[in-house]
Amino acid sequence: MRVPLPWLYEYCDPGLDVHAIEERLTMTGTKVEAILRQGVEHTEGFVVGRVISAEQHPDADRLKVCEVDVGARDGAHATIVCGAPNVAGGQTVAVATPGAVLPNGIELDRRKLRGIVSEGMILAEDELDLVAGAERAPGIIVLDELMLDAELAPGAPLAEVLPIATDVLELEITPNRPDCLGVYGVARELHAATGAPLSEPPWVADPGAEGALGAAEVIVECPDLCPRFTARVFEDVAIGPSPLWLRARLAAAGQRSISNVVDITNYAMLLTGQPLHAFDLDRVAGAKLVVRRAGAGERVQTLDGQTRTLDDEMVVIDDDDGPTSIAGVMGGARSEVGSDTTRVLMEVATWSGPNIHRTSWALGLRSEASSRFEKQLQPEQCMHAQAVAARLMVELCGATLLPGTIDVGGAPAEREVIRLRQARVGALLGLPIERERQAEILRALDFTARDAADGLDVGVPPLRRSDVTREVDLIEEIARIEGLEQLPATLPARRGAAGRLSHAQRVRRAAEDALVGRGLHEIVGWSFTEPSLLDRLQVPAGHPLREVVAIENPMSDGQSIMRPTLIGSLLDAARHNVARNGPDVAIFESGTVYRAGGEEGLAREHHGLGALLHGHLGARTWGGQEGAEAGFFAAKALLESLLGHLGVRFTVEREEWPFLHPGRSAAVHADAQLLGLLGELHPLVSEQWDLDRAAVFAIDLGKVAAAAPEVRAFVPFGSFPPLRQDLAVTLPDAVPAAQLTATVREAGGPELEDVRIFDLYTGEQVGEGRRSLALTLTFRAIERTLTDEDVAPRRKRIVDALAAIGGELRG
Amino acid sequence: MIDRIEQLRSEAEGEIGAAATSEELEQLRVRFLGRKAELPQLLRGVAQLDPAERGKVGAAANAARQALEALIEERTAQLAAAELSAGLVHDAVDVTLPGAPAQPLGSLHVLTSTRRELEDIFLGLGFTVMEGPEIETVHYNFDALNHSPTHPARARTDTFYVQRSGEGPEVVLRTHTSPMQVRAMEAHPPPLYVVIPGRVYRPDSDATHTPQFHQIEGLAVDEDITLADLKGTLLSFARAVFGETRDVRLRPHFFPFTEPSVEVDVSCFHCSGKGFMADGSRCPLCKGEGWLEVLGAGEVDPNVFAFVPTTAANAPGYDPEKVQGFAWGLGVERIAMLKHGVPDLRMYFENDLRLLGQF
Repeated sequence: MRVPLPWLYEYCDPGLDVHAIEERLTMTGTKVEAILRQGVEHTEGFVVGRVISAEQHPDADRLKVCEVDVGARDGAHATIVCGAPNVAGGQTVAVATPGAVLPNGIELDRRKLRGIVSEGMILAEDELDLVAGAERAPGIIVLDELMLDAELAPGAPLAEVLPIATDVLELEITPNRPDCLGVYGVARELHAATGAPLSEPPWVADPGAEGALGAAEVIVECPDLCPRFTARVFEDVAIGPSPLWLRARLAAAGQRSISNVVDITNYAMLLTGQPLHAFDLDRVAGAKLVVRRAGAGERVQTLDGQTRTLDDEMVVIDDDDGPTSIAGVMGGARSEVGSDTTRVLMEVATWSGPNIHRTSWALGLRSEASSRFEKQLQPEQCMHAQAVAARLMVELCGATLLPGTIDVGGAPAEREVIRLRQARVGALLGLPIERERQAEILRALDFTARDAADGLDVGVPPLRRSDVTREVDLIEEIARIEGLEQLPATLPARRGAAGRLSHAQRVRRAAEDALVGRGLHEIVGWSFTEPSLLDRLQVPAGHPLREVVAIENPMSDGQSIMRPTLIGSLLDAARHNVARNGPDVAIFESGTVYRAGGEEGLAREHHGLGALLHGHLGARTWGGQEGAEAGFFAAKALLESLLGHLGVRFTVEREEWPFLHPGRSAAVHADAQLLGLLGELHPLVSEQWDLDRAAVFAIDLGKVAAAAPEVRAFVPFGSFPPLRQDLAVTLPDAVPAAQLTATVREAGGPELEDVRIFDLYTGEQVGEGRRSLALTLTFRAIERTLTDEDVAPRRKRIVDALAAIGGELRG
Repeated sequence: MIDRIEQLRSEAEGEIGAAATSEELEQLRVRFLGRKAELPQLLRGVAQLDPAERGKVGAAANAARQALEALIEERTAQLAAAELSAGLVHDAVDVTLPGAPAQPLGSLHVLTSTRRELEDIFLGLGFTVMEGPEIETVHYNFDALNHSPTHPARARTDTFYVQRSGEGPEVVLRTHTSPMQVRAMEAHPPPLYVVIPGRVYRPDSDATHTPQFHQIEGLAVDEDITLADLKGTLLSFARAVFGETRDVRLRPHFFPFTEPSVEVDVSCFHCSGKGFMADGSRCPLCKGEGWLEVLGAGEVDPNVFAFVPTTAANAPGYDPEKVQGFAWGLGVERIAMLKHGVPDLRMYFENDLRLLGQF
């Protein structure tokens, strides 16, 4: 909301500079977002001038050469060439002299116009940024036609006569404070924040009166949605432009000028916070307004020329010819005030905030009025706005106010009273505040405060009744005005507090760190993905990955489901980087994945860890060394390091996944639990992302954490040297390496410390359908040095066991 | 005989001393001390000499052999040392070449390292780290956080809703980490000190908004936790993250689930809170304000406590007349952006290695 400072000062002027006001308002809860300037930056060079003479320019039909008294000490007149048709001798005008800087940033200079040097400029309204260009009165400003109070001596500073340099506060009003959507409400805040006196409210002097009003009739059929409806009638209204001061003030507050009557409704709204609506009473059929719920499907044409379809939760205002406006949101075109209007019905009503909110969102129609009503204005505000508008209608439009006011609903008579326990204030804030001071702050904010046994009985001002309903709300009022700067900075007692990470959280960090240590970069992908991801991953119908969580109102189709796997975001990041930064990409992601069908209507979420390798792990160096090529075993080696680091015992078995190379695809298990998958991407999937050979793994970190020991127990080891023996064996292709090592381990007994495969050979020498594997066996005993003779029986058992699975010793 | 031995010895000593390589030395060893050489032959022939001669000649020949052996050994060591030195000089490398093979480390994403840094600060202050569901019921995301049924944040324009199949509660992508406040209180009795990091969602996308982002919620509840305690806790946080000389200020604000509510600013670390730089220009980070807005916070609204049912898990429960505390929600992206100067939030999720490798 924009508040021009001079307007604010009419009600509360603390005599502080604008930055001090900014600081006080901001620190008491009315945040000043910006300080704007309406008009010129510097007022130097802008003066009052008197046109002595205005003669036709000898060489230009549309220009006049004026002699202007600008109050020069030597009495010399300035020669000014002026293009305005209304300039004439004898006028008092606004003049910019050379050196003055106009709002558009142009510095004025002496300038030749068709051969005559012009020593300045006679100004129009828009050249001073008093109003927007489209709303300017034609021609130059003629000051003596404005009926200003100020002395109009030539040479007098123009800023003393016109608001040519107005500071405007741009305020952030929090949604709980609709009372601050009016200048007077902000003035009250400034009063409480600074202690400067607050003038009487502008609605105290009301030219109108209560009582019956026969010129129109109002019926409210839905008082639940319309707690109060007031109306007054004005006759002999002369529609025309508003005076410059009003147009300038509205411009500074960010409002366009329309006509005097509409401007008055806007002015009253900006001052009181309460929207008003002016009907042309002669266009209200039957001079009767009926407030009712709309019928489902009912159509209304609004002021903006659009036809809107309503539902039965929305409220319309009818006259005898049907709906004229959507209540609280937008008026109808039919009864709009126009240039020929002479009788005005001024409507000021209170609507149900939630209902207006719903209507405005449902119609996609937000107006200045609806954005105010939806925050729940109070019935008392109706008469505030009526009083301000009535005074201006009489003053500015020459209108006659008919006696009486239609008032359906009225306002509650009593204030809510809340007990404020004095001790609670200090106990909640950590800063004790005297009861006297508490009462003083509350009274400045228009609360009443009466001494009670343990504190104060506080009466809530009507305009705050939605926001302040409990003791704690009063404590907030006191805290913000007393100043949160006063609070000491203390730490809580932290009884029983012991900051720690859970086992699962520590496992997650360790897993991430392990991959970073192996050269992988962590990415953070989008939780959102597109439904076609699953097609591109070749996931068949009915596959568990198809059980996705779908978003009802996504920002785009590309972000319309929640990812059921990390593979998609890894692929996206890989494509991005391969295209920009070259083929070597080693990345991982540690994040949540989602499947539909959790408990209580929620999703099944788990924290996954996925990695993708493409190109080589590490760039080629000058020595000719190159990192491992991204393939199944590079990914598996990473997974082995990772799970080994976490102490997880796991197995890897062939298993196909739709998006993996069918021959290079595996499931990772710990005991019976499936931890995740490992493999090379299916070439067709890689192609979808413009990638070459790539390998991935993806595991469920929650299950990994469950399988990882929280504490590792010491395993004793002896001081005797190991005995190493190599063994080469040929086996049928169908026997997996894991079976070979498991067989060897089992047969090798407790002294077989390690089995390592160090060579793999296939070819003619071992024959079709077989392969040769070479093993290093490491034997070690705790209590003695082993000899070849000691392990010979074990070696024999190993050879026998291998024979049982089709193994033959080589050479 | 003796003369001959001395002659051989002297001849050999001269040649051994002049030998330049270990190969030459080996040849000399064979020539003078090998099986067929003259000196060993002489020694072997000693037995045939008459006894008077035998002792003298044997001793002289033996002495000559031992002296030559020692000399060769000595000379061998000298030459080996010289050859090693020469070899080492020859083996010199260009020490300015890069290490090989390269052992590059990867990196944590800046959002992860920032989140961990923040977690660690709060761990040190005694807070436990908790996590919760990102896909959340309207009950926990709004209702139990005291949002009125018409609160604008519930609108389809401000919150992602999850498609429902059939009946069941309304489900959203959580718009903040705050729903975990009530879940945490349901699961644990007071006193409670937790921080809740996690991903949250709002339909917004520009340089300073992305539809997903990350928050860290804080919640402390006990009998006597004050707004001043919030200030002290956040002052510790601000100094740990932004530097020892930082200050914080609390500005009154409004949130449905805290009362009083505040926005928390940290004095600008770029201009030391002055608002302008040494050259007099306006500080580009805080835009001349001297303060950076970092988070929203407040004392937990009593209505939120009232939404926490008392169960066996959290007995004696959260009676609003008996407990009080504070809560905050801070944005991880915002902190990382301020700290590292990342200009556009969307870059966080683009995952370009040129960004990832920087942190």
